Amino acid sequence: MIQHPAILALSVAALLTCFMLAYAARYGTRILEKWDLHSGSELQLDLERRTYLISVILSYMLVFQILSLFLYIFTADNLHSQFTGAMCAAGSLGVNSYGYPVLILKIVNCLLAGVWLIINHVDTRGYDYPLIKTKYGLLNVLAPLILLEAVLQFAYFLNLKADVITSCCGSLFSTEKHSIAGEIAGLPNGPMQLAFFGMMAVTASVGIFFYLRGKGGGFFSFFSSLTFIIAAASLVSFICLYFYELPSHHCPFCILQKEYSYIGYALYATLLGGAISGLGVGALKPFISHPSLSRVIPAIQHRLTLVTLVLYLLFTLIVTWRMLTTSFRL
Amino acid sequence: MIELSSVTKTFNADRHNQFTAVDDVSLTIEPGRLTILKGPSGSGKTTLLALIGCMARPTSGRIRLHNIRTSFFTEAENSALDITSLPERFLTEIRRTTFGFIFQQFNLVKGISALENIMLPAYPTGENQADFRRRALELMELFSVSRHAASPVEWLSGGELQRVAIARALVNNPAIIIADEPTAHLDSKLSGEFMEMVGNLKSEGKTILIASHDPLVYDSVLADTVVGMRDGRITGITGAA
Amino acid sequence: MNIPLNRHSNILDFSLSSLLRRKSKNLSLLVVYTLIIFVIASLIFFVQALKREAAQLLKEAPDMVVQRMVAGRHDLIPAAYGEKISAIRGVTSVSPRLWGYYYDQVFGANYTLLVAEGKPVEPGNIMIGAGVARNQRIQASDMLTLKTSANEALLLTVQGIYPSSSELISSDLIILSAEDFQAMFNLPPGQNTDLAVTVANPREQVTVAAKIAELFPDTRPILKSEILRTYDSLFEWRGGMIVVILAVAVLSFIIFAWDKATGLSAEERKEIGILKSIGWETSDVLLLKFWEGIVISLSAFLTGVVLAYVHVFFFSAALFEHALKGWSVIYPQFRLVPVIDVYQLTVLFFLTVLPYTAATIIPAWLAATVPPDAAMRS
Repeated sequence: MIQHPAILALSVAALLTCFMLAYAARYGTRILEKWDLHSGSELQLDLERRTYLISVILSYMLVFQILSLFLYIFTADNLHSQFTGAMCAAGSLGVNSYGYPVLILKIVNCLLAGVWLIINHVDTRGYDYPLIKTKYGLLNVLAPLILLEAVLQFAYFLNLKADVITSCCGSLFSTEKHSIAGEIAGLPNGPMQLAFFGMMAVTASVGIFFYLRGKGGGFFSFFSSLTFIIAAASLVSFICLYFYELPSHHCPFCILQKEYSYIGYALYATLLGGAISGLGVGALKPFISHPSLSRVIPAIQHRLTLVTLVLYLLFTLIVTWRMLTTSFRL
Repeated sequence: MIELSSVTKTFNADRHNQFTAVDDVSLTIEPGRLTILKGPSGSGKTTLLALIGCMARPTSGRIRLHNIRTSFFTEAENSALDITSLPERFLTEIRRTTFGFIFQQFNLVKGISALENIMLPAYPTGENQADFRRRALELMELFSVSRHAASPVEWLSGGELQRVAIARALVNNPAIIIADEPTAHLDSKLSGEFMEMVGNLKSEGKTILIASHDPLVYDSVLADTVVGMRDGRITGITGAA
Repeated sequence: MNIPLNRHSNILDFSLSSLLRRKSKNLSLLVVYTLIIFVIASLIFFVQALKREAAQLLKEAPDMVVQRMVAGRHDLIPAAYGEKISAIRGVTSVSPRLWGYYYDQVFGANYTLLVAEGKPVEPGNIMIGAGVARNQRIQASDMLTLKTSANEALLLTVQGIYPSSSELISSDLIILSAEDFQAMFNLPPGQNTDLAVTVANPREQVTVAAKIAELFPDTRPILKSEILRTYDSLFEWRGGMIVVILAVAVLSFIIFAWDKATGLSAEERKEIGILKSIGWETSDVLLLKFWEGIVISLSAFLTGVVLAYVHVFFFSAALFEHALKGWSVIYPQFRLVPVIDVYQLTVLFFLTVLPYTAATIIPAWLAATVPPDAAMRS
């Protein structure tokens, strides 16, 4: 294990999140078992008070989670000098087999925590807390994932040994290798660009239609999630090439560096934010018929749709602006 | 109108120190009237006020509020609102828009100014601060405590504290005023002044509910209904319309 | 009219006024919090600045250095080795280097003697580092006397002094000519301290190093990247160790914060009871506590970071440079070049604000869930 302040910081954060979530999940389970809003019993009043605590914990956790996602990538990048052959975060993450699973888990957990908070927000608007069971059911899915993430992250750090020869980002995302990463990088440019801009256009039109007419929310949610995946693949496949102005550098992490004026943060933040609110629209759809939510959900879906549209538009604008202004051509 | 049917509130249920503070109370409180809950201490008056004022939920029974406006119910539901099983979050919303509270100990926050104390109930409503500050200043004017706007409440006399407490109860412009033993710490002169102010509020059309065992209050000519209570039960209602 | 925004600004307003009302309690918390952040921030900034300093220095170092080993110890390397090495495919150039250490008995200090490439000084002249100048109390154009290994005095004229902007390694440096160096240590001609090897293609460095080791089994090629890595992990390791020790400090701070937050004074408890009774909701009180936490954390964070910045970059980390640098008598009196990046700040945030926040969640919630009718029953 490498002694590094950032590793300590990430471990501390993981430990805190785990404790907080374990606590939340424990009471979440009690709520699932004992919840009865029509009762004025002291147990019920106590459980209602606990819901506040759990909401606060989850909100803080989402913030910790998003911060730790970026700190994790940043740390991997910072550590690359310790490993022969690693030239950026991509290399450090490949030092052992835990690096990438942790990254993926972190992204998934961010999305889930975001959706949880959206559902929670809606639930607290309905005077009979209609989504309480759904919410704490989802919490019981989220908790093991967070735990798994923490365990894998510890494993990753414990198994970091300086000087292990690793593949640098040049070879990890090189087009010759047959790994998943290589396959994404090897996706043909033309069709990929078509898919990216096509999906963005489709999502935008479905979104605008839903925004104006209030119909097709499920479609919109589906397309926005699909766009998230396509956009992430495009990031590796062609978007970052325009930022690096190199035809073979497919690394999705270097754009987070100062050399590229931290543009990666804007790209990832807009993409992640758009995906969370897009997912939220779909996650709320099944509950629209609850009488106490019949007015709340459409209003919130409306706002979430706007958020997704604006964030995805920003993402597309940054990408388009770069593709047009750089002298680099594929 | 406030309608209670078979309302019971039990504390420490299923434990050796279990006790029932309000026991099977049914009562109707008419709008625009002054209703007094009369009874010795420990008779359940305060708990009943807390239940009516959406501060606590009954263990059993129903409480309905009529003609109350909320943001989360539909128009039809608003006309007869069953608040019995609403979570605290929604009870609070009703409470701060519908009820104004005057407490036995005044319950003013020390260290901050009288004006700030009056403004406090409006902070979480999300109203623009300039708006409710103006309203609070108008109320201070009305109760002639304007000169104390910036003074910490520790500097105020008993009578002034009481008027600040009433002003605070009115800042969100509630339809119903609830007062718990408001004259317990006042001399006869100040108690008389208090009842005068209650009379003014009543003539403005507010519904007023006071719990008291002070004859100055329950024997007042202003009282429309006096509800006698003992051991959590109603012992008699006088003056009911 | 924006209701959520107004609610935030109203409650933030009130939280500021509550914080000011309980000055003494909050001040002690703020002082301890700031101190913790200050110490950890100083450490992180210092390690980062040292790493940068080292990297800066090594920028000019050769890609690869070849040393000859005799009986496991570094020995002189014949110039003939260099000729054979330059014949290896991929090697651009080989330049022999002369350097060594000199102990000045009068001043009790160690100097690094180095023959610079490109002959910046003529025989009889030297360039010195600022530490040497300070130690010997000499200026440019003064004379410096060194004792040769034959115990003879060698008089040298100081041609110039290196600026002290980056002193970490140049502080104890004396640059002299090859002739003077050979005279100093009575070196046989054709022998060098080591060889600097340049390889055009960085990817071939490892291959070239392997070939050299195969060709001359008594040599040891050292790559610049290896040195960098060693420096990095050394600094990180030392820094990491201290952070671990400091974690104990953070822990005790958290207990302190927890205690402060849970040990609500009767006054404060009563106040929250009043707020709840007049129409504040649990989440409003939580928001109040959240803003209080933010205000305290941000003030402590900003103050701590600014103090640490001043400490590290204006006072050269006076509090723990001895622990981390460990130099000889000629202690470098340099000012570190100020560098802070978002990364360092994020790490700092994770190590301090996150634990504090987590420690205050439950106490805040406990305070916020006072039943609204409690104020009536008192």
